[in-house]
Amino acid sequence: MKIKFWGVRGSIPVPGPNTAKYGGNTTCIEIRTDDQELIILDGGTGIFPLAQSLLGEMPLTANVFVTHSHWDHIQGLPFFIPFFVPGNRMRLHGAYDFVSGRGVEQVMDAQLQYSFFPIREAELKATIEYVKLAPGEAVQLRTASVTPVLLNHPVINFGYRIDANGKSVFFTGDHEPYYNIYDAADESFREYQELIEEKEQSILEAVAGVDVLVADTSYTVEEYPAKKGWGHGHFDSSIDLAKKAGAKILYCTHHEPTRSDSELEQEFAKILARHPQQSGGPEYRLAREGEEIEI
Amino acid sequence: MIQNPSELNRKISDAVEKIPAFPKSVQKLLQLTRDINSQPKDLVSVIETDPVMTVKILKVLNSAYYNWPNKITSINRSVVYLGVNTIKNLALSIAAIGVLPKENKAGFDIQRYLLHSLTVAGVAKRLCAKVDAGTDPMDCHIAGLLHDFGKVVFAQFMPEEWAAALALSRESAIPLYLAEQKAIGVDHAAVGAMLAEKWQFPNALAESIRLHHDGENCNSPMSACVFAANQIGKRLAAAPDDSNVEELPPAVAAHCGGDLDELLDSLGDLSKAVEEARVFSQIGAAS
Repeated sequence: MKIKFWGVRGSIPVPGPNTAKYGGNTTCIEIRTDDQELIILDGGTGIFPLAQSLLGEMPLTANVFVTHSHWDHIQGLPFFIPFFVPGNRMRLHGAYDFVSGRGVEQVMDAQLQYSFFPIREAELKATIEYVKLAPGEAVQLRTASVTPVLLNHPVINFGYRIDANGKSVFFTGDHEPYYNIYDAADESFREYQELIEEKEQSILEAVAGVDVLVADTSYTVEEYPAKKGWGHGHFDSSIDLAKKAGAKILYCTHHEPTRSDSELEQEFAKILARHPQQSGGPEYRLAREGEEIEI
Repeated sequence: MIQNPSELNRKISDAVEKIPAFPKSVQKLLQLTRDINSQPKDLVSVIETDPVMTVKILKVLNSAYYNWPNKITSINRSVVYLGVNTIKNLALSIAAIGVLPKENKAGFDIQRYLLHSLTVAGVAKRLCAKVDAGTDPMDCHIAGLLHDFGKVVFAQFMPEEWAAALALSRESAIPLYLAEQKAIGVDHAAVGAMLAEKWQFPNALAESIRLHHDGENCNSPMSACVFAANQIGKRLAAAPDDSNVEELPPAVAAHCGGDLDELLDSLGDLSKAVEEARVFSQIGAAS
């Protein structure tokens, strides 16, 4: 299995000299199974350079899995060139949104409108299928199985576990560690705590033993209190998840958009000093646009 | 009288979409969402004290789209699963429908309805915590809150038929549910349970709603708690148009561990529960 990062930035693209090393594009990850089956996780602006790399492969079948519908995870989709070429087959997978009452088709509909984009969804030339996913129910692709896991964000967000030929990767999309909304003295505190523990346990089971965990690591633990409830994790929460789930490699991603390359490396060095890598424990890495690994 | 249950089923379940929530909770919700410092737990407490909002949120979440490992039976669980922002936005879309009018054609006193429902919810939760460790007290709270939901549906969508049932109950001095069976063909307990089933609420919840006037058949801890809590609730804060307190049938007394007086003794001071219910049920001045 190969994993390639095409966009590792959170919230908004930040091109420029300060982000040249880790990259300014928003979330997009390419997964290739040993059989070259193409799986794309999220369609942030990183999907545009990915599309350029696919021009020689058409006609192609792409399985796109959208973690959630916030802009930074979908805004590159209208520029995914294979949509415009007949013969390509696109399968867009995602959650049903309880508030809008719509499935993943809304991420295309909402963007491909007259006022915002010159081409309508109905004018795309590829064959497009929209697949509505339910948490915990695995989707069987030709050579991989993809399992959605409901995580914690201000909109429905699925993390995805991909299993193929004995290898596995889990991508959180955007995820904030759960916290109790009650004070310790409140009557409902314990009930809520139990619900959280049950949910956390189910997530650990879903992530258990993955070769690679790619986790939302927007903040430092010092920055987090001011951003509580925004739906993002921090270095310590990602490391905690990686350790508890027994992941072999942790990639920290969704870098905070104002963080320069040098600041990112400084923060990461502090984290490594606080959480030294232990033998048998997860290896910690920063996700970098353009980096490809084979597992 | 409506003879065909499936026709009634369809008519009512389509109509519930349009039922607005209670004035006070809508007002409170809008206040909370304008306040950047508001706490998620305040949002939960607003939703949890409004039967209409609770019903609608559980209905959306338990719909067939997601196959949850457990049915979602509490607002707290819904917040853990979906996050506070999603639940807030669901509540706001309900608030956008408007508020339940204070006056309605059936002459239904919504303030007393809410006071009674909240009292029964509070008592059912306390009773459950006392008698059965295997049932979640919050599930009993929801069952208590929703036990009379059928009345809201009748008042809103069949006001004339229901007014006739209310009149029959008064004039013939028979319990309202029997008058409903005569005048409408179905009582509020059956309608509430039918909706709970249609919306795929947990079986125990639908059953507790169905049996809240049929104590002889209350064979589960939840249905027994709700039956008993309803009687206790009527003593403490009578339901509109139903102040007839029934003795507990043996099945209910066995589950709850005593007759009404014994239960009232064992529950201790319930004035706090009633006071909480009173605070939440007051219709806002804006209405």
